[in-house]
Amino acid sequence: MSPEVKPDFLISPEGLRVDGRRPDELRPIELKVGVLKQANGSASIRQGKTYIIAAVYGPRELHPRHLTLNDRAYLRVTYRMATFSVPDRKRPAPSRREKEISMVIANALKPALFLEEYPKAVVDVHIMVIQADGGTRCAAINAASLALADAGIPMRSLVPAVAVGKADGTLLVDLGDEEDKYGQGDVPMAILPQTGEITLLQQDGFFTREELLEAMQMGINSCNYLHELQKDALKRVYVRNPEDGEDTFDDDLEADLGESEIMEDE
Amino acid sequence: MAVYFQKREVVVPGQLLADGRYRPSFGTYDESGKIYSSLMGLAELKGNTVKVVALDGVYIPKEGDLVIGIIKLVAGNNWKVDIGGPYGASLHANNALRRPYSDDISEYMDMGDVISAEVSAFDRQSGPFLSMKGRGLEVLEGGMVLEVSPAKIPRIIGRRGSMINMINDHLRIDSVVGQNGRIWIKTSDVDKLRLAIKAFRMIEAQAHTSNLTDRINKMLAEEVAKLSSSEPAEEPSVEVETADEKEPIEVDTASESEPEISEVPESESESEVEVIEIEEPVEEESEPEASTDVNNESDDKSEKEEVNE
Repeated sequence: MSPEVKPDFLISPEGLRVDGRRPDELRPIELKVGVLKQANGSASIRQGKTYIIAAVYGPRELHPRHLTLNDRAYLRVTYRMATFSVPDRKRPAPSRREKEISMVIANALKPALFLEEYPKAVVDVHIMVIQADGGTRCAAINAASLALADAGIPMRSLVPAVAVGKADGTLLVDLGDEEDKYGQGDVPMAILPQTGEITLLQQDGFFTREELLEAMQMGINSCNYLHELQKDALKRVYVRNPEDGEDTFDDDLEADLGESEIMEDE
Repeated sequence: MAVYFQKREVVVPGQLLADGRYRPSFGTYDESGKIYSSLMGLAELKGNTVKVVALDGVYIPKEGDLVIGIIKLVAGNNWKVDIGGPYGASLHANNALRRPYSDDISEYMDMGDVISAEVSAFDRQSGPFLSMKGRGLEVLEGGMVLEVSPAKIPRIIGRRGSMINMINDHLRIDSVVGQNGRIWIKTSDVDKLRLAIKAFRMIEAQAHTSNLTDRINKMLAEEVAKLSSSEPAEEPSVEVETADEKEPIEVDTASESEPEISEVPESESESEVEVIEIEEPVEEESEPEASTDVNNESDDKSEKEEVNE
């Protein structure tokens, strides 16, 4: 994998991309919720070769104390890449890029969260990139929002995110590593699907006004699809495992109504 | 004017639950007349109030909650108590001891002691304050503390204490269930302790399912039957008490013969207090550190009882 060479073309004569996808096609995505036992909430995402784990701790007591916010919880996001996540070993010290992406992810997630319910506390989101193959910041947002929901932190909505880019003059959804490196531009974006609010929009490279608007529309469509995947992944946690032999729980809801009364006082 | 979920359906954050003349409640939020879920949990409709019961989450104190705390610090007239969750609690000596008390309150309760207490005040500005004036609020001696997710506690108590009473009846253990996700268990029998832990873990894992009480009941009945068949010699003889460090510290006779009294006030009320008391004078004498406090508490108890009636 080491000496990387620029591929001859990013878009084949048939209009397909280096990995055979159509321009508006996402890579295969696998979302898992509750992958870590120790964390309050966790999720992992595989998106093509990108593999990221996100863990949420808290709300818990904030240290150091001087960061305390009196009206809401502090959202602390740490995005880190494993040393082995890229072909040339990444030096383990936090890089400028990692710090910036941490901040960007925090800003993308913050509008979705009801942090004011936990004043003075902290919500820690730790994101570890195990394997990087382009689109890590967007994949990280996808995983982090699932982990936050898994931790039981109140939020307006899940936050799907996707990167749109341009290579060989064609707009592409969900850039892979080569398209990111050798393409002409990259627009990562995240939205709140209900309202269509955009919580992350960055751009590098050159886009005309029309291209950018079209790219954003493609991104919004992909985000809506991703949102469905996220909802499925969350609900899957509570689909019962068949080896219990008790797959009739759902059917006898009426028989057990009494117990629902107790739960409302908690 | 419509409801978009089925009873006790698993919903995710941002899911539309209802619109029209419904009232948003815990776990939901209102945006331009529509009610959305803000949590992953089970959606419920009660009257015209929509709420979501969380499946996970940390403990947020609420006035009247019974909690199990661990004393972290003795600071002047206060104990700083860890009750789990993001907020540390404090307990003032006036709310725990009967005056006059000694200047050094660590004589009564010291770091590492496990207590049952009630949250007497909590708002967003000043951290939670505890009180130990009330029946069954005392230092918990011996036994062990099991931590479960605070979101599952209502299920562990069950409707009006049905679940926890059933477990206590089967296993004949002493237990106190705190709203903060801590369960204190005391029993002389390691097998029963294991069984109790297994039952609590099972409830925790299956809290979102129905007919859980029946299944736990069945499981416990089978396991208890297995236990008693394997060692039929379960005569009321020796009780080895387990301390926090799980060292046997004391041998106590004639404990099996004493019936345990379980008190479960209405769990619908604000204080879902689940108290099991063992009136064992023998024990109090044998544990001198607790004696002062216990005496105070028993006085309080009698007072409170009168009030209750």
